[in-house]
Amino acid sequence: MIIDDIKQAVIEGDATEVKKLVALALEQQVPAEEILKNGMISGMGEVGRLFEEGEYFVPEMLIAARAMQGGLGILRPVLVEQDVKSAGKVVLGTVKGDLHDIGKNLVGMMLEGAGFQIVDLGTDVSPEKFIEAIREHQPDIVGMSALLTTTMPNMDKTIKAFNEAGVRQSVKVMVGGAPVTKKYAGEIGADGFAPDANQATAEAKKLLVG
Amino acid sequence: MNYSSLAIPRLSDFLFGVCPRPLTLKNGLVIGGGQVYPEINFTLDSMIITAESMPQVYEQYTQMITGVCDRAVELHAPGLVVEFELLPDLTLVPEWGAEVTKILRSTLDETEAKHGLKTGLRVTPNDIREFARPPLMRQGRYVEDMFRSFELCAEAGADMLAIESTGGKEIHDEAILNGDLPMSVFALGVLGSRDMAYLWERITEISRRCGVVPSGDSACGFANTAMVLAEQHFIPRVWAAVIRVLTVARSLVAFEHGAVGPNKDCAYEGPYIKAITGYPIALEGAEASVAHLSPIGNIAKAVPDLWSNESVQNVKLLGAMAPTVSVEQLIYATRLMNVASARGAKEAGMLRDWWVESDSHLDPQAYVLRPDVVLKISEEIIAEPTPYKRTRRSAFAALEVLRQANAAGELNLSKMENRWLERLSRAAEGLPEDEDEFIAGILPQVNRKKIALSEYGL
Repeated sequence: MIIDDIKQAVIEGDATEVKKLVALALEQQVPAEEILKNGMISGMGEVGRLFEEGEYFVPEMLIAARAMQGGLGILRPVLVEQDVKSAGKVVLGTVKGDLHDIGKNLVGMMLEGAGFQIVDLGTDVSPEKFIEAIREHQPDIVGMSALLTTTMPNMDKTIKAFNEAGVRQSVKVMVGGAPVTKKYAGEIGADGFAPDANQATAEAKKLLVG
Repeated sequence: MNYSSLAIPRLSDFLFGVCPRPLTLKNGLVIGGGQVYPEINFTLDSMIITAESMPQVYEQYTQMITGVCDRAVELHAPGLVVEFELLPDLTLVPEWGAEVTKILRSTLDETEAKHGLKTGLRVTPNDIREFARPPLMRQGRYVEDMFRSFELCAEAGADMLAIESTGGKEIHDEAILNGDLPMSVFALGVLGSRDMAYLWERITEISRRCGVVPSGDSACGFANTAMVLAEQHFIPRVWAAVIRVLTVARSLVAFEHGAVGPNKDCAYEGPYIKAITGYPIALEGAEASVAHLSPIGNIAKAVPDLWSNESVQNVKLLGAMAPTVSVEQLIYATRLMNVASARGAKEAGMLRDWWVESDSHLDPQAYVLRPDVVLKISEEIIAEPTPYKRTRRSAFAALEVLRQANAAGELNLSKMENRWLERLSRAAEGLPEDEDEFIAGILPQVNRKKIALSEYGL
């Protein structure tokens, strides 16, 4: 079945095959939502499982994620046309004064693989930039990252700025990074915390259900 | 200066605490002259650095240095080196970093005057050039402020200047995550090495003018990033091990442009630098788990001249404040090394070998730090004339060593790791000998949004 083939091509990271199969599936009138969920997201789910079990490393995951992106390039216009919703929209950024972005990028990659739409604001992101992005993109979740003990407090400042700007209630806030703890996340009023990139997807899903 | 032979060719001479080119500080403290000294590094607990919070910053640094010096005196440390690694904010406003330097200097001087404890102060401004995106490596306010920070800290009392420079890191993070060996070679052997030559000419010039020591650099942002990702099972350990060796030629450039050691603590490529240049090195291992985990906690103790903790936050532990706890750990570790050295080279070599043996078969990242492996690969590296060719040769040599160790059962690599060893070996075979050919081939794959190639003369 073509959906299984798409899933397998994503697992194998074969971008050319994914693109070819997605185009073929659309020609065969397979619903876009089914291609997305049962083909590509399901394939990335399997990639995530292989990663969890130590069968894959991040480079293999990235290859699979790029294969999925190739398929999404073809599928996206149809998804928009058929009003198929993503798993959620997430604005991501490393807080002001902090230039570390590997952890944040990994979180973005894993969320994307789980069907979330990502808006990556990069590093050294001021509270104002986060607020601007909330107003522009209307995300479900804002994810903040910090690696330094002296930049972590900017998470608190950013959440306070969300309150002052009146946008706090419109989003869930998730935080993570080396010095960040669940206790700290609670103290600053974040809704969610993930200790590493692996657990960020589960936490994001939990936030949207809750 | 272009190194073409090993300063330490014999394994029996490759020991902790001694090197052919020891460094003597103004107060007479000799690094690499027979003893290993602790090098303590500490950082602020969670707080935002602003003009308003600077009094608290100064207070914390005063508290940390006082606790550390008091404990060093109580434990009869034979000497103490303190590293002040500037946080980005303390480099962005160079006067702030200089003020903290003065505070540290003052307490070190008081301790030395009162108790006779010989001390040294290494100051490491942050490579703030990354704040511009893409980074501007040779122009603009960040470059100016960074060099001003070097000058002000030197004037404020630093004995040694250092940096963890980041030239080439713009594209190296992605190369790590993609398992992209040619891109890593480009970042380190071409971009990083060119940046190091520029940077270390300036740092050496400032150091000479200010009468301080241009000590060394670290490929921390490259190889330690890879090591931490490997610890989290994000990338293969063989890949992290290969990246470690790829950094050697880049870090060597600092010494070819004026650095005289001690090389930075987080530079685990340090043993290679010591073998090639003969200058002293700092290293960190088990006691650095306060900052990051690693699979090389004991083997890193094989050949250092300063033994460090990387950095510790100023938090309260049951024993004492964390910097005080950390300096105690370092003092005990170095005490054992110095007892072994005092017994003689044979005993020191025995202790070295025990540390090596305890780690080396468990992880390829430890294996490439075996002193015998370091000497073998270092010899191959300096047989080449340029940073690119040296980095290329590093790839061949590291992969060959790992393949042989695995085949001989000295390493027990998993199926996944073996698959990556083969994959990386195939990628290395594709590296052309000619640098121009290599650059021409790789440039189309470089993400131009992330890097200003003109800053590297490309």
